[in-house]
Amino acid sequence: MLQEESDLALIIAQIVQKLKGSNLYTQLERQAWASLQRPEIKLESLKEDIKEFFKISGWEKKLQNAVYSELSVFPLPSHPAAPPEHLKEPLVYMRKAQGSWERRILKSLNSMCTELSIPLARKRPVGEQKELLNKWNEMGTDEPVLDLSLFRPVYAPKDFLEVLINLRNPNYENGDSHSFRTHLGLIQVPLKVKDIPELKEFFVELGLTAGQLGVDDSTQVPPELFENEHVRIGQKVLSEQDSAAAQQYIRQGSPTALRAELWALILNISSQPEDILYYEQLKTNVIQHDLLVDSLIYKDVKLTASNDDYYFVFEDYLYQVLLCFSRDTSVLGHFAYSSASPPKSYIRGKLGLEEYAVFYPPNGVIPFHGFSMYVAPLCFLYHEPSKLYQIFREMYVRFFFRLHSISSHPSGIVSLCLLFETLLQTYLPQLFYHLREIGAQPLRISFKWMVRAFSGYLATDQLLLLWDRILGYNSLEILAVLAAAVFAFRAVNLMEVTSLAAAEAVLADLSTLKVMPLLQIFLFATVT
Amino acid sequence: MMSRQKNQNYKGHGLPKGKEREQRASIRFKTTLMNTLMDVLHHRPGWVEVKDEGEWDFYWCDVSWLRENFDHTYMDEHVRISHFRNHYELTRKNYMVKNLKRFRKQLEREAGKLEAAKCDFFPKTFEMPCEYHLFVEEFRKNPGITWIMKPVARSQGKGIFLFRRLKDIMDWKKDTRSSDDQKDDIPVESYVAQRYIENPYLIGGRKFDLRVYVLVMSYMPLRAWLYRDGFARFSNTRFTLNSIDDQYVHLTNVAVQKTSPDYHPKKGCKWMLQRFRQYLASKHGPEAVETLFSDMDNIFIRSLQSVQKVIISDKHCFELYGYDILIDQDLKPWLLEVNASPSLTASSQEDYELKTSLLEDTLHVVDMEARLTGREKRVGGFDLMWNDGPVSREDGAHDLSGMGNFVTNTHLGCVNDRKKQLRQLFRSLQGQKKTPN
Repeated sequence: MLQEESDLALIIAQIVQKLKGSNLYTQLERQAWASLQRPEIKLESLKEDIKEFFKISGWEKKLQNAVYSELSVFPLPSHPAAPPEHLKEPLVYMRKAQGSWERRILKSLNSMCTELSIPLARKRPVGEQKELLNKWNEMGTDEPVLDLSLFRPVYAPKDFLEVLINLRNPNYENGDSHSFRTHLGLIQVPLKVKDIPELKEFFVELGLTAGQLGVDDSTQVPPELFENEHVRIGQKVLSEQDSAAAQQYIRQGSPTALRAELWALILNISSQPEDILYYEQLKTNVIQHDLLVDSLIYKDVKLTASNDDYYFVFEDYLYQVLLCFSRDTSVLGHFAYSSASPPKSYIRGKLGLEEYAVFYPPNGVIPFHGFSMYVAPLCFLYHEPSKLYQIFREMYVRFFFRLHSISSHPSGIVSLCLLFETLLQTYLPQLFYHLREIGAQPLRISFKWMVRAFSGYLATDQLLLLWDRILGYNSLEILAVLAAAVFAFRAVNLMEVTSLAAAEAVLADLSTLKVMPLLQIFLFATVT
Repeated sequence: MMSRQKNQNYKGHGLPKGKEREQRASIRFKTTLMNTLMDVLHHRPGWVEVKDEGEWDFYWCDVSWLRENFDHTYMDEHVRISHFRNHYELTRKNYMVKNLKRFRKQLEREAGKLEAAKCDFFPKTFEMPCEYHLFVEEFRKNPGITWIMKPVARSQGKGIFLFRRLKDIMDWKKDTRSSDDQKDDIPVESYVAQRYIENPYLIGGRKFDLRVYVLVMSYMPLRAWLYRDGFARFSNTRFTLNSIDDQYVHLTNVAVQKTSPDYHPKKGCKWMLQRFRQYLASKHGPEAVETLFSDMDNIFIRSLQSVQKVIISDKHCFELYGYDILIDQDLKPWLLEVNASPSLTASSQEDYELKTSLLEDTLHVVDMEARLTGREKRVGGFDLMWNDGPVSREDGAHDLSGMGNFVTNTHLGCVNDRKKQLRQLFRSLQGQKKTPN
């Protein structure tokens, strides 16, 4: 009992510490001072009266949302004596693997830089700055200054997969003999993943007895049965401005018209003038300085989003978001709880001297092939650049960063891969065995889906329904479950293929899939 | 016009009653078009192609053949052909404008200004060169606005240009004087000058227009079907009024876009209507979207009504129109033009599927196989939009726009589960045949 109390006290102290530095604190203070003018505030009962005022005016709700946001993002503190690395990643071998992966990426970036004799960063001449400012809203039409064919993406998902396949825990020895229990998949690290009974409990709101958007809003179902009421509740949640309620609500899906606001509420994003100003500041940084990663971003957008049938329209928004993102040092904050660390670079000639070290790029995130697809679906919901930017940034520091860093977190890509393979092996053993025999390890096909959170593979409306649940459950595990469900759905065809290429072909086109029925069938309607 | 509510349940959609229609052993078709249409016709069970001078039961012809041969071609009762003799009353820009203006006047006389205002979906248009003086009057009333000049008979964006100064079109004035004494047989090409919509709705900073398919089975009485699928065609470059010479910015035809230096064939620059409808719903809410789509229904119906009395309604004829609609920033739809021969070439896999489905369902509605009862309100992706009067949805669902207790049977941009519907439809038709009533 005592332990719990002291844990709670520690958590409260940490959150208070964090919020004291935030804008919300300043606003609350200001509001409290201003409230002294009000007649209902009496000196004798000052504390209670101000609390009451906050409650009525909605400020308490805002504070509640901010606290909830902190709880969702930050991991709970562990042992007080644990060093900060443990907050990033408790397992040593994982930390080491992430470290060596990062060194590889940075080496690749530096060597490209040297080969092409392009500086990592340079200040733009005034003429170029003016031109870029004029073209800000249509950067997609601009031919980039440098020849993009010279640039290679720093890495592609399949390179990352090779690293994960080679991960081993040096303290784990499972004996030499192979049995039916042997894990058939590519991931060979012993992490705890949920099995279907646990998943059923975790995703209980997706069950067959509850209404779902994505299932119960189809044309055959009369809207009175579920949809109308669900929309009504959604509007109520929005009017109450309660983050926690919104997160619970969205587990059953968000109505199209309410989605943009609901996501903003859950992520605790409100466009304050300071936020817009901050975005404008980032824009100025883009105008003034040119970074090498900008070319990587250009290339990525041109290769992926611009070629997509649905996202090509938003090409300009993607540049406006990603170029600013690279320069946003506030993103560095997420490295406190990510297993990754921002790459360091040194001022020319001062290699190794810590005083001359800078993070490169400024936000510490080197984009890889397909990175722009994290942003593309959001363009569907948000049209104001600074709001779109904030939403993307929050989505990145809460979820997406876990998809390309090596960690033991249950939503980390390693756990997702293991979860996918375990589900497949446990519930579709014949299929798994067959695919393995023909040299088509399932993870080789599904990895790219999970790394991109299915963006670009599913139809947009289905993708948004999927991302609703990511927000609702504050977890990426649903990606692994969906991947397994897709294999289960196409199992009959997959059993007939005889090569990796043929298996890829069967699973090449996911654009007609309906995600919610697939998930429901896999989790709740299959005999386990 | 008349908004009398009719119980549509007992009214068929134009199939001959009484005598049982003949079931033909095979249907001989003829067409000069290749691409998707050829695929669909060849795959249809029981349909065989006839070449050259053979007799045909079904001809998907092009308009030039029609012009030269229709008048002296005898057709049996069951024969069908894919155009109306004088479709140009609707599809040539100058005729359409004339018919619409006349219809509007008539509506104003009969039903008042409010009803007539429902016809204000085409931008002010003047036929050139004969209405040049009227145009100049309007031009002077609105200084500084942009106008677009379009050739009456050409398609695919050819010959179109934008202008703001009268100086740019001074040549037309010269032609009006000489049009009386034409020595050559070469006719002066007719153009229309139309008010350019300067505030189009933009997505991603780009202008787009909508292509919608309407199938008309007869004009007297008027029977029209609306296809659920269609697409939004995007201009490849960002919209700006600064460069009116850049036709790539303003013209959204795929044919023009294909020649733009920015064009990447993989992109295709098209969104399916379902995607467009969802995008709008997430931005403006479902009610605004309902209003927009019901305003579009209004465009289709009124435009057809305006030529109803003029077009020769031959029972052999049907026509699949491609409507081009532009949406402005106030979510008001404008009619740009109606195409009698919408392109049936596919620009991508998705486009191929759309066009083949569209054509298959067109042939289902034309029903050479005599399978339908004539009381269907939906065939595949087609919904019966007008059947000599408005058509209601079966279940009498709530009318969101609040304009009376009547919901139209159109589902543009909605889910198109046509395969399932066709299976159910044909299964029940089979069943009905076996158990005579």
